[in-house]
Amino acid sequence: MYRKLLNFLSIFIFIFSLNSFAQDHGHDTHKKEENNHKVEQHTNSHNKELTLKEQIKEDIRHHLLDSHDFHIWQNISFPLPIILWDNGLHIFSSSKFHHGESVAESKGSYYAISHGNGHIYKTDASGAIHLNEKGFEANEKPLDLSITKSVAMIMITGLLLLLLFGGLAKSYAKNGGIGKGPGRLLEPIVLYIRDEIAIPNIGKKYYKKYMNYLLTVFFFIWFVNLFGLTPLGVNITGNIAITFSLAILTYLITTFTAKKDYWKHIFWMPGVPVPMKIILAPIELLGTFIKPFALMIRLYANMKAGHVVLMSIIGLMFLFKSWIGSPLSFGLAFGLSILELLVAALQAYIFTVLSALYFGSAAEEHADH
Amino acid sequence: MTIPNIVGAGLIVIGVGIGIGRIGGSAMDAIARQPEATGKIQTAMLIAAALIEGIGFAALFAA
Repeated sequence: MYRKLLNFLSIFIFIFSLNSFAQDHGHDTHKKEENNHKVEQHTNSHNKELTLKEQIKEDIRHHLLDSHDFHIWQNISFPLPIILWDNGLHIFSSSKFHHGESVAESKGSYYAISHGNGHIYKTDASGAIHLNEKGFEANEKPLDLSITKSVAMIMITGLLLLLLFGGLAKSYAKNGGIGKGPGRLLEPIVLYIRDEIAIPNIGKKYYKKYMNYLLTVFFFIWFVNLFGLTPLGVNITGNIAITFSLAILTYLITTFTAKKDYWKHIFWMPGVPVPMKIILAPIELLGTFIKPFALMIRLYANMKAGHVVLMSIIGLMFLFKSWIGSPLSFGLAFGLSILELLVAALQAYIFTVLSALYFGSAAEEHADH
Repeated sequence: MTIPNIVGAGLIVIGVGIGIGRIGGSAMDAIARQPEATGKIQTAMLIAAALIEGIGFAALFAA
């Protein structure tokens, strides 16, 4: 029964990840552009370097944000399909947008990408995007379900996980309990998650139900973070919609598999005097929301900040153009990349540990209360 | 990036630094007392450090 629930939830997160681009606002890029600007103000600015600065800013922005085409190397990029729902399904290739410059036409309606935050808006044939009085785009937005860079990367990660773990599972059956093949690397990690994260926190009786989710979330976050460190320029967990979906899954699982003791502890905490119980109830209820919220913010901020700083330092390397400045920046960027490797694994570990902690408090049943 | 923003960011970093520093310090003391419990202490230290860093980052984003 729980397998069906987890299957349903995994489809749920898939749908959320399709929406991820539509929900990411441009506010972050504004702040980060200011950040980059502060970094670049210290260098001399001749006329040539102004355009270099702008180019660096554009590159950083391109790395941090989601986009509708998959840009792999200098000239090798391929456009990803755009799937819109606007009283009818519109599917077309993002090359119709020509990198945001022209208006795409599909089945009679016109769509354009706004330069401000890269979302798709419905417009007329001229491609005009009207701003309202606060400066935000006021055009109508279709429901954007397109396969963006992040979504494509998530699918690739999912496929990779399926291949690795599926192969490992099959090799157990074939070789009588001994794994063969590249999945062997993952076996001690799975055992670690079971023995050091799941059983101590959830208890020997109920930990098996939650192992599926814990393993999935650990390897998903770890692999996705590692992909973010490659030059492909995919920043998946640095997108608050993705971490929101992960945190929502943790919240839903704790809420829907919680036992009576969990709710008793929230609303009517045993062992304290009655006035305290009444005060504690709303605070504990708020706590159930804030804990997954903190999970979301922690993963998002760590990944985004790490990427921004790394990209800025690499950009700095191009700005210095002196004998000592560029190698120093390179050394700093290299060191920071090594740290980012650690942070990638650590954030996955922390997410898993805290999720296990919350599941433990949901699944425990005291005999002594 | 106004002056109050920068001052706020500095205060946040001071807070995070003090917090994680204290955790690291007591973790070192504990390991010195009981070297065989090093694994558990390291795990707990990492968890506490990540929690504090989470708040620090969130506040840094707001500043």
